[in-house]
Amino acid sequence: MTDTITEHADQTLKQGEALVELQDVGKRYGAIRALKGINLTVRAGEVTCVLGDNGAGKSTLIKIISGLHPHNEGSLKVDGAEVNFGSPRAALDHGIATVYQDLAVVGLMEVWRNFFLGSELTSSGIPFSGLKVKEMKHVADEELRKMGIVVKNIDQPIGELSGGQRQCVAIARAVYFGARVLILDEPTAALGVKQSGVVLKYTAAARDAGLGVVFITHNPHHAYLVGDHFVILKLGQAVLDKKRSEVTLDELTRQMAGGDELTELSHELKR
Amino acid sequence: MSQTQEKKHVQDAPSEKSNRVQIGLLGRALARPEIGALVAAIVIGIFFLVVAPPFRSAESLSTVLYQSATIGIVAVAVGMLMIGGEFDLSAGVMVATAGLFNAMFAYQNNLNLWVGAMLSLVFALAIGFLNGYLVMKTGIASFLITLGTFFILQGANLGVTKLVTGSVSTPNINQMNGYTSLEKIFASTFQVGSVRVSIIVVWWFVFVAIASWVLLRTKVGNWIYAVGGNQASARAVGVPVVRVKIGLFMSVSFLAWFMGMHTLYRFNTIQAGNGVGNEFLYIIAAVVGGTLLTGGYGNAIGAAIGSFIFGMTSLCIVYAGWDPNWFRAFLGVMLLLAVLVNLYVKKLSTTRKVG
Repeated sequence: MTDTITEHADQTLKQGEALVELQDVGKRYGAIRALKGINLTVRAGEVTCVLGDNGAGKSTLIKIISGLHPHNEGSLKVDGAEVNFGSPRAALDHGIATVYQDLAVVGLMEVWRNFFLGSELTSSGIPFSGLKVKEMKHVADEELRKMGIVVKNIDQPIGELSGGQRQCVAIARAVYFGARVLILDEPTAALGVKQSGVVLKYTAAARDAGLGVVFITHNPHHAYLVGDHFVILKLGQAVLDKKRSEVTLDELTRQMAGGDELTELSHELKR
Repeated sequence: MSQTQEKKHVQDAPSEKSNRVQIGLLGRALARPEIGALVAAIVIGIFFLVVAPPFRSAESLSTVLYQSATIGIVAVAVGMLMIGGEFDLSAGVMVATAGLFNAMFAYQNNLNLWVGAMLSLVFALAIGFLNGYLVMKTGIASFLITLGTFFILQGANLGVTKLVTGSVSTPNINQMNGYTSLEKIFASTFQVGSVRVSIIVVWWFVFVAIASWVLLRTKVGNWIYAVGGNQASARAVGVPVVRVKIGLFMSVSFLAWFMGMHTLYRFNTIQAGNGVGNEFLYIIAAVVGGTLLTGGYGNAIGAAIGSFIFGMTSLCIVYAGWDPNWFRAFLGVMLLLAVLVNLYVKKLSTTRKVG
């Protein structure tokens, strides 16, 4: 598995170089402001953790980086050049792959077709040339086995797999195709303890291979295991932005649980 | 990580081999979308062989295939569009529009029929593009958008024809330049043994084969299933959703144009009211062939079998000496049965099997 990541990682990545930079980025949906003034740098070989409660703007943030919804304030730079992604394809072409919490797979399609969706292997560049079906099935099966998932049949519709397994297919796919930046949107939310462990190891392996990783979660324990940099969002704004050396797990947990509000609440509820 | 992996392997080792299920021939066959239609076609075929003696000849088979092809050609594209999650109700009248455009444009301007045919193709593709563009840009259901184009075309077909020719059909074109070559391509017949077969049957098989290839063996086919199955997910992994769907609407209008050409060059004239109601026959053929109304599931062979069931019953009811008015009632029953089977299939493949 670690081999997959190293093999597919862009060899030109330099430890610590800024891959994606957000400066004062904001997003409005009509009159609703989902994000405001976000500064975030994703560096090669680092895991940037974005934490926050439901509705804090985590998903909006990654949708901007992955090209799903363009931002309408501030600037987004990839490799130093300002970009405005028109579609997720544009982000993928920059080597940015994303695992979405809610948009993982197409249920009625076979496992291997899902794995390669949007990045199919074809025998030539001519439109309507044949798919390399055998090779695609083989690769998909192998990559899933590396994650500890043995599907009964690589031809079965992915809807037949459990939620956790589907999530793992989506992760395996992103690891396989994401050469530079890997974005994980609550990858452990639907998983059991063991599979969560696998995902965290993947995250660490991607970091060690020199990729920039964005890890979105509301579990500070998972975040602290792999993170190099922590950003906590609240109501669309960053309330904490610290390096690993500047923050403790207790502080993260306290901030996540509500911080000062929690202290206040505990006073009120004192018995 | 490699450590855990090894551990995992050791742990799973005894069960791993047997864990991989080898699905038998029967199981694989049952998982195919067109299996229900195939069984139905065989049952209906045997039934009519018994009750309709005139059906038992090669000549009848050729007629049935012709009848099937008249629906089947457009049904191939309509089926693909439905796999992609959209409808096209304008497909039926577009057949007439294409034929009318060709005949009247060439006749009025005294041009070679080829010029009319090519301009008619451009016009049909433009309507297909417009259908797709409006659906994608407005987000309004394709059912409504194409219902609109259906009525516009239906009205315009009659209105323009009346305006130009003073009647509701086009003038006879068989003396015009280009007629012979066009007739050869779109409406000629050839001899196989003792039977005459229309070239449109061959075209039908060709289009079914191309559609099958595209759907199952190309990148675009993968994208068609994905946009129909889960559009948001498809977009998120980089599938060009808008282009795929507009392309699908344009394939429908291309094959509608093709069918319009056949109608025109077979009868040398075309009625302005032609094609109304056929849009539902295309949809029925696709659904009977196992295409899910909600998209993401189905195939081209299924739509072809659906069209064949249509062709077979519409003629065999006559062969059997029954009142042909019952034909539509029969189609309705077939549609309901097909929908029930499809529902069951979808349930099977989206729920997780235990064990």
